[in-house]
Amino acid sequence: MYKYPVSIKQFGEKAIIIEWPHYVEEAILNDILQFSTSLKANYLKNNNFELVTAYNSLTLIFYDTNFNFNKTKDFLLGCYKNEEQQILFKNSVWKIPVCYDEEFGVDLLEVAQKLRMTPKQVIKNHTSTTYTVYGIGFLPGFMYLGGLSKEMEVPRREVPRLKVLKGAVGLASKQTGIYPQESPGGWNIIGNCPFPLFDAKVEIPIFVSVGDKIQFYAISKSEYDLLKIEIEIGIFTTKNMLANG
Amino acid sequence: MVKMLKAGFYTSIQDLGRFHHRSQGIPVSGAMDSYAVTHLNKLLENEENAAVLEITITGPTLEFTEDTYIAFGGAEFDVQLNGIPVKDHKIHKIGKGDVLSYGTLIKGYRGYLAIKGGFKTDEILGSRSWFKPVTTKGSFLKNDKIPYTPETLFSPLLSEVTLKSHLLDKELTVYKGPEFDQLSAEQQGRLFSKGFTIAKENNRMAYQLNELLEAHQLSMLTSATLPGTVQLTPAGKLIILMKDGQTTGGYTRALQLSEESIHILAQKKTGDTITFKLI
Repeated sequence: MYKYPVSIKQFGEKAIIIEWPHYVEEAILNDILQFSTSLKANYLKNNNFELVTAYNSLTLIFYDTNFNFNKTKDFLLGCYKNEEQQILFKNSVWKIPVCYDEEFGVDLLEVAQKLRMTPKQVIKNHTSTTYTVYGIGFLPGFMYLGGLSKEMEVPRREVPRLKVLKGAVGLASKQTGIYPQESPGGWNIIGNCPFPLFDAKVEIPIFVSVGDKIQFYAISKSEYDLLKIEIEIGIFTTKNMLANG
Repeated sequence: MVKMLKAGFYTSIQDLGRFHHRSQGIPVSGAMDSYAVTHLNKLLENEENAAVLEITITGPTLEFTEDTYIAFGGAEFDVQLNGIPVKDHKIHKIGKGDVLSYGTLIKGYRGYLAIKGGFKTDEILGSRSWFKPVTTKGSFLKNDKIPYTPETLFSPLLSEVTLKSHLLDKELTVYKGPEFDQLSAEQQGRLFSKGFTIAKENNRMAYQLNELLEAHQLSMLTSATLPGTVQLTPAGKLIILMKDGQTTGGYTRALQLSEESIHILAQKKTGDTITFKLI
């Protein structure tokens, strides 16, 4: 049974894109993740391809030299049709520390004014929501998070900053997220996360996967400084942030 | 070691790319013109993925501290070995203290220098290709050193090759992009009716084009992008993503370049003309 109507298109010489209905919906994301997990486990056992999941699409890039679009399309449709309704993929819930101190939250006061809240209320709202990772891209380790509550929507800054700090936590219309490295950016910065979201020195440079859940919790400046040291020497690791071990 | 006496405009280490990490937002990277690299590595009987130097517009001056063999190609430069002009796509024996210097760019945009056994910089996430912040450096500075394994007894099967050159090709063969059918007839028509010129905003991440298409209000959810994806912004600007391009994007994907067209575009510079042709 097809759970959703999907469309399959050729995407250049070696890639295929499968698109689900064009909505930001957790049920759709979960169906895509279940399908991609099943593809990897049951059908595409060689390592000759890679997958990119984002919102309502799954892109498969093949490294096979004899890639044939029509054959692959029929094959994938067959796999999707035969998909059994068992949940194969397992997501993680991460509790991520954020320091909302004014040293980092350079736009917090302005954001609070725009939202007609106190800075405390902004922090409370930001830390009481559970966000879903709908995609990873733009920069290595950058998460597209869904779930920000409506009363927290604030437009992008009119003039982007040339330099936003690594770890900066920002708000921009329907989105919230963390800058994985220093870069130019137009988001409103309300805090900073001491844990690196991207570390090329470890085997899996990004601990978060598409489909995971993210919760933020507030830490003080002194806790931030202590955490920085604990992260550096390896006392505080991703395990300390995993909420559903 | 190779010592960088002069680093050139933008010189970096590249191989064929860093695969299987796109789902973490890590671009593929790798040589922009992998056609050129593949042939140089074949000539030197290297592994397919051996790391080379990618050289852009203004090349470096290099001093070798050990024996080896090299071959260079891609864009055409005036290149001298110890002050004497030397030929591309040919194996040159190198001794201790030899100096290779890149002069004027003649044709194309990106040159490649391959070395017997490949350059031995650190491999990170399965590739030696430089891309910040995956690798600590993005391009070379003066006095940097590059390791390689010395070689004295190489007797090549072929000492030089003649290749079909794509340096002056202008036609990029393309597939329809995932959102091509959402473009207006006028937008679709313009893509193929006339040529486009390369804007000054061009680098390893993306090439922008000067001529605009009709503005539009198409919107889509962020989705995967590939090297060679031609994006159309709401203002009508065309952006062709290249090897260091982001792995996802929210702009309409109008076209997708063939692999061959990526090599052709990699040799284009500001002001050059290209045309699109549907496969």
